[in-house]
Amino acid sequence: MTATHTSAPKVPAPNVKQFTVKVKRQDKPDSTPYWDEFVVPYQPNLNVIIVLQWIAANPITTAGKEVAPVAWEAACLEEVCGSCTVNINGRARQACSTLIDVLLAEGPVVELAPLTKFPVIRDLAVDRQRMFDSLIAIKAWVPIDGTHALGQGPKESPPNQETRYALSRCMTCGCCLEACPQYTLDNSFIGAAAISQARYFNMHGTGKTLSDHRLTVLEGPGGITDCGNSQNCVKVCPKEIPLTESIASIGRQTTVHAIGKFFTGK
Amino acid sequence: MANSKPRVIVVGGGLAGLSATVKIAESGVPVDLFSMVPVKRSHSVCAQGGINASNEVARQQGYSEWMHVDETLYGGDFLQHQPPVYDMCHEAPKIIALLDRMGVPFNRTPEGNHDLRMFGGSLFKRTHFAGATTGQQLLYALDEQTRRHEAEGKVKKYEFWEFLWPVLDDSGVCKGIVAQDMRSMEIRAFRADAVIMATGGCGMVYGKSTMSVICTGGAAARCFQAGAWLGNPEMIQVHPTAIPGEDKCRLMSESARGEGGRVWVPRKKNDPRGPGEIPENERWYFLEEKYPKYGNLVPRDIATRELFFICQQGYGVGGGRMVYLDVSQLPMETKRKLAGILEIYEKFIGENPYEVAMRIFPAVHYSMGGMYTTYTGKPDGKGMVPGAPNNMSTNIPGLYAFGEVNYQYHGANRLGANALLNCIFDGLFNGPSVVNYVRDVVKAPADHTPSGAFDAIVSQEEGRMRRLLESKGTVNPYKLHARLGDEMTDACTVVREEGRLKQALENVRNMREEFKGVRLTDTGMWTNQNLSFARAVGDMLLYGEAIVLGALERRESRGAHYRIDYQDRNDEKFLKTTVAKFNPVTNSVRLEYEEVPLPLLQPRSRTYGAVETKAEKTAEAPATVAGKA
Ligand SMILES: Cc1cc2nc3c(=O)[nH]c(=O)nc-3n(C[C@H](O)[C@H](O)[C@H](O)COP(=O)(O)OP(=O)(O)OC[C@H]3O[C@@H](n4cnc5c(N)ncnc54)[C@H](O)[C@@H]3O)c2cc1C
Ligand code: SF4
Repeated sequence: MTATHTSAPKVPAPNVKQFTVKVKRQDKPDSTPYWDEFVVPYQPNLNVIIVLQWIAANPITTAGKEVAPVAWEAACLEEVCGSCTVNINGRARQACSTLIDVLLAEGPVVELAPLTKFPVIRDLAVDRQRMFDSLIAIKAWVPIDGTHALGQGPKESPPNQETRYALSRCMTCGCCLEACPQYTLDNSFIGAAAISQARYFNMHGTGKTLSDHRLTVLEGPGGITDCGNSQNCVKVCPKEIPLTESIASIGRQTTVHAIGKFFTGK
Repeated sequence: MANSKPRVIVVGGGLAGLSATVKIAESGVPVDLFSMVPVKRSHSVCAQGGINASNEVARQQGYSEWMHVDETLYGGDFLQHQPPVYDMCHEAPKIIALLDRMGVPFNRTPEGNHDLRMFGGSLFKRTHFAGATTGQQLLYALDEQTRRHEAEGKVKKYEFWEFLWPVLDDSGVCKGIVAQDMRSMEIRAFRADAVIMATGGCGMVYGKSTMSVICTGGAAARCFQAGAWLGNPEMIQVHPTAIPGEDKCRLMSESARGEGGRVWVPRKKNDPRGPGEIPENERWYFLEEKYPKYGNLVPRDIATRELFFICQQGYGVGGGRMVYLDVSQLPMETKRKLAGILEIYEKFIGENPYEVAMRIFPAVHYSMGGMYTTYTGKPDGKGMVPGAPNNMSTNIPGLYAFGEVNYQYHGANRLGANALLNCIFDGLFNGPSVVNYVRDVVKAPADHTPSGAFDAIVSQEEGRMRRLLESKGTVNPYKLHARLGDEMTDACTVVREEGRLKQALENVRNMREEFKGVRLTDTGMWTNQNLSFARAVGDMLLYGEAIVLGALERRESRGAHYRIDYQDRNDEKFLKTTVAKFNPVTNSVRLEYEEVPLPLLQPRSRTYGAVETKAEKTAEAPATVAGKA
């Protein structure tokens, strides 16, 4: 983060009374998707969640048909839980923090579709369990001796803390994976989020005791070598996590690790 | 005979649920962990400002664990039980050390120690923080430890499962739960020798609040109907500084003021100028003026009322219900520590708070009340007996309540940064009590409970679901919920009054009747979110009734509960816990009162060094009064 702060320019309020929202729907994991269209009354300060809530209370399509409310995931509504990630006008982002004014400045229709890199559960809700499984695979934790009172943790310099803090804000939202050309529904690439978490734990005084395991996993199939270096991930991460730095760092760590293994034969 | 293969169910994967899970799994008792969302997405991620604990620096300046106890009781207007608070504050430094070992990226001083910030209700820096996303960092640390136990097979997660009802055996002892898979909609019973409810707060009863959308209080309301009591349900915290929104009120953490942010309004009513154009001497820093000692960091109930009254007198920004919260004058170094929350303001409001004062207003934020719990106190009142099997047990044996859903610790008003502490404290300190209970107290393991007890609740819940799915009514659950929220917000937040509360009670009861006519637009059996929400609306209506009734019957003012018709605290009559009980026959809420024991500290008057007298409070303040530079 830089020492100054510049904010995004405010978009002017659009001059509309209502606008169209298209939602890509899918009733079941194995059923065929289809689109529903709704007309939603405009008011200032709308975001995509408010629109979905409005549709839930008024689930009538433009064709005048009453339909089931759209299914979607949400919890905190302040872009910190990661739940409500959907494709909004073709870009993966959080429904809560995506403002309608900004979308209407891009075009008259708001289009909502589920993430494509995860199996659809229903409508906009997808199954991101693979992301949590990846965290198990890389042992994304600090192996403490237990919860008994054993004194303080290691001291830490402010720069180290700042780097770790930036990495620790990953909310497992999946935007980086959605944007990644290498990550697909049916391959085994672990993706940027987990690679960055490996770096996070390898930076901690006690966490690094598991770095051998993490690097071995990331040297293997679906690991760091599957990264095609498109750098899309870092551009879409809503938490501005320095993902390409993390990938580079883990790249270096695996190289050193592999050389070490070669010489020690371990 | 000791229980040879005990099992514990934890419902809720916020800070309280996860710390309990880690502690219990570590002691060798397997845990089944239920949550409506992946635990990593629990509401605890929202917490911004920090977590309180006495520490070396504060200690050398005259602070102590005991002062933390004193502040917490004074802040809570003496309504809470003192022994649990005593333990919480004394354990706090150890909890911070443990979180540190788990890798929480707490902010650091140049030497590498924990940086600290000021928080409300204290004159000492004793709040530890990780940027302005402390809750997220703490939750992640516990999530990681939970995942470790999951990988080792000691914890089994049931995410996207909704708790529906506790299962009690013939003798009224809790033996498990009935829950629903939120995807397949399967309703199933799960056996356990003890169940810990760690389901968080009930902000959604107010329609919208600073809480996550899953914080309905539904789980607590279901336990309530099954016979668990509620304690002080009327004690709801309204946070002074939030950004009102259509979908939710987003919090601007107390840390903004802790780091030096100032609250002000233009001295001139309806001043048309923007905040940046109003010179210093034309700004009214009303909190600093009235509370020279605590300034902007008076406890929340007090700050909220001051903000509310200032706006009521017409001093709000543009004459409306908004005041300025200003961090623009702070050094960039300080603002960076607040980046996590300033980013929220910027994203949702589209203005740059680094340069322009933020516009904020109070919003419902926290439930001090919740499920009633008990404990075994030490004879001298200095804490609980560690590991006593009934610590934080509800009135139903085997059913525990931890975290925000537990009514303990905060009395009539919670101090900022004490909630994260209470959640983790519950898990770590009282988790062992649950282990002792399942190992030593449980005589008939849950495996031996006749299946009839479980089947009965499964069919009860299937019936409840079927009635909703098949209802031919006309009431839209979303609209009914919005009306409940409006009613609760209007009648039962900052200022409460007999007539309005009576009316609200009647209205909420009528809405409970109306609920019978709720019709779902989705009647399918796959990921039916409509069903889950509608069912929770029914539970929120009941919870709302308990809140309103509690507020109506507590004819005094104490902490967050401010009665305009009874403005003084009345210790003689109301230094008592409101105990709400549900009567299934009349389908209504009944209140009883229980004396609050005072083993450690006697109540004192709660002024925070205000320099104005009470009578002047509602009077029109002179617009020309000199500002504090
Ligand atoms: C915006 C905001 C900022 C805050 N900042 C601070 C702060 O800086 N410092 C501080 O001390 N406190 C703060 N608080 C308060 C604090 O965050 C909460 O009190 C605390 O996180 C509650 O944790 P919990 O574990 O009790 O519950 P939660 O974190 O709310 O978790 C509840 C869990 O229960 C589950 N659940 C609920 N119902 C069911 C059901 N029916 N079936 C299955 N599972 C269910 C949920 O899925 C979730 O996992 C803040 C609160 C808010 C709203
Ligand atoms: S790294 Fe960023 S984009 Fe990827 S999951 Fe984490 S927060 Fe989301």
